[in-house]
Amino acid sequence: MSEFAVEVLDLVRTFKDGEVKALAGVSLHVPRGRVFGLLGPNGSGKTTMIRILSTILSPTSGTATVNGFNVVTHADEVRRSIGLAGQSATVDENLTGFENLRMVGLLNHLPRSVVIPRANQLLEDFGLSDAAHRACKTYSGGMRRRLDVAAALVADPPLLFLDEPTTGLDPQSRQDLWSMIERLVEEGVTVLLTTQYLEEADRLAHQLVVLDHGHVIAEGTPQELKTRLGATVLSLTFASTSQAERGVELIRDLSDKPANVDGSIVELTIDAGPAAAAEAMRRLDSAGLTLSGLMLREPSLDDVFLNLTGHRTEEDAAEDVLAGRSGRRIRS
Amino acid sequence: MTSTATTTTTSASTAQRSSLKWVASDVLVIAQRDLLAMIRIPTAVVFMFVQPIMFVLLFRYVFGGAIHTPGIGQGHYVNFLIPGILVQTTIFGAINTAIGLAEDLQKGLIERFRALPMARLAVLGGRTVADLARNVLVVIIITGVGFLVGFRPSGGVIAYVEASLLMLYFAYCLSWGFAFIGLSAPNSETAQAMAFPLVFPLTFASNVFVPLHDMPSWLQVFARNQPVSQAAKAVRGLMLGAPVGSSVWLTLIWGLGALVILTPLATRSYSRTD
Repeated sequence: MSEFAVEVLDLVRTFKDGEVKALAGVSLHVPRGRVFGLLGPNGSGKTTMIRILSTILSPTSGTATVNGFNVVTHADEVRRSIGLAGQSATVDENLTGFENLRMVGLLNHLPRSVVIPRANQLLEDFGLSDAAHRACKTYSGGMRRRLDVAAALVADPPLLFLDEPTTGLDPQSRQDLWSMIERLVEEGVTVLLTTQYLEEADRLAHQLVVLDHGHVIAEGTPQELKTRLGATVLSLTFASTSQAERGVELIRDLSDKPANVDGSIVELTIDAGPAAAAEAMRRLDSAGLTLSGLMLREPSLDDVFLNLTGHRTEEDAAEDVLAGRSGRRIRS
Repeated sequence: MTSTATTTTTSASTAQRSSLKWVASDVLVIAQRDLLAMIRIPTAVVFMFVQPIMFVLLFRYVFGGAIHTPGIGQGHYVNFLIPGILVQTTIFGAINTAIGLAEDLQKGLIERFRALPMARLAVLGGRTVADLARNVLVVIIITGVGFLVGFRPSGGVIAYVEASLLMLYFAYCLSWGFAFIGLSAPNSETAQAMAFPLVFPLTFASNVFVPLHDMPSWLQVFARNQPVSQAAKAVRGLMLGAPVGSSVWLTLIWGLGALVILTPLATRSYSRTD
C-alpha cells in the first residue's frame, strides 16, 4: 500500500461546460497519520476537491486515489474507507443524535450489535450523551457539527475529510472541535481538512496547500509558509492619510514584502516583530510623526493572499475571515 | 481446476446474494428514517390524514348532492366517491416523495448518503417504500371514515383488498416519477410547484369525483383514456362489484410502464456525479 492516504495528480474540474474552472490542475500528496490542510477563500476549489475525493463528484480530468483506490473506478472501496463531515455533509434534523449515528452505521453495513454500542460511545466521546435522544433540530450549531464529525467516524475509517469543520462556530466550540481532531490524529487517523482560517491550519495541520482560483499557490508546513510570509504584521494608524504616506516611506525598508497602505493605516509584514516595531517608532518619532494606534498581529489569510498573489481575497471571503477571527481586527 | 472453478462460482453467487441483502437492508434503513421523520413533522401528519378526510366530507356533503351517479353503487354518490378519493389520495401522496427528496438534496443529506458505501438505489427505494407504507395507513383510515359517512361497498372483502393493492401498486409506480422530479428541483417548494400541475389534471380531469358523461366531449376523450381514470374505474369496479372491463389490466400495464421508464431515470439522476 502506498505511503500516501490521498494522491491527486493534475486534477481538473470544470462547471457549466468548461466556463468555470473550479480546479485547474491540482496535485496533492497526503501522508498517512497526519493532518493535511487545504487553505483558501470561498471559491478557491477546496470543497470541489473534497467532493471529488469522497466520490460525490467526478473529475473532468486527472486522477485521484484514496487509500489506494481510484475514486472513479473504485468508488465503493473509497466510500468504505473514508468519513466525510462538514459543509458537504449534514445530519438529519428530524432524527435524534443516536438515530443519526445508527443510520450511518447501518448504511456502512456494520452489524446492529456493533452499531449501537459504537453510536453510544461516540455520543459520549463528543459530549452529546445528554442530547442523544433529542431531535437534532434542537441542537446548537456546535452540537450539530460535533454530531456530524461523530457520524463520519461511525465506521472507524482510517481517513477523515473535514470540509470547513469550524466555519460559523463560536470560539469555544471551535476549540473543542480542534481538541477532538487532535485526539483522532493521535489515534492514527489521517485527516484532510479544508479551512479559510490560517489560525486553524496553523493549529492543526502538519502540512498545507494554499489554493486560489483552483490553483495551488503555495505548499509546505505552516512554519515554512509563515516564515515565507514574515512572522508578524505591524499595523500602524496615523493621524491622517498624508502622514501615513510620509510614514510609509520612512519604514518601508524594514520589510522585504510590499507595504499595504489603506487610508491612514499602514501594514508591514516583518520577521523580527518587537525589534522592527521599536525601530519603526524611533524613525517616525524623529520625523515628528505621531501614531494614533499600533498593533502587532499574526498574519491573516488576507495577508497570505496579498503576499502570495498580490491581490486580496474576494470581499465575501475576507468578511468571513474577519468574522471568524474573534474580532481581533475590525475593519473601519 | 474444477474445484477452483466451483469455488469461484459459489463465492460469486454468495456475493450476489449478499449484495441483494444489503440493497434490501439499505432500503429498509432509509424507509425507517423517512417514516420517523414523517411522524415528527406535525404538518406532514396533517397533510397526510386531515386533507383526505376533508375531501371526503366536502364531496359527500357539499358537492355530492349535485352529482348524480345512477346505476353505480346503488345510485348513492358516497359509494362512487370513496374509491375515487382513495385513488386521489394515494396519488397525491406521491407528491411527498418529490418534496422529501428535494429537501434531502437541499440540506446536504443526499451528499452524505452518496459518500457512503450504500446501494445507489436505496435512498430512492427507501423513500418510495416509506411513502407506500404511509399510503397503506391512509387507505385504512379513509376506508374507516368512508364507512362512517355511509360507504357500503358490495364487492366483498377479497375484492376490496385486491382493489387496495392495485391502487397502492399504481401510486408506488408513479412515485418513482416524483422521485425524479424531487431530484431535479432546486428546493422543496419548487418540487411541490412542479409536482402539483402534473397531479392536478390527472386526478380532477378524470372519473375520480364525477362521472365522465357530464364533461364536455373534448375533455371526455382525455379523461376516459388517461391512466388515473383507468385506475379509478378498476378500483371502483372491484370495490362495488361492478364490471371493470379492461381497466385492471390497463392499470397494471400503465404502472409497469411508469416503473420501467421512471426507475432508471430517477436512479441515474441520483447517481450522477457531473
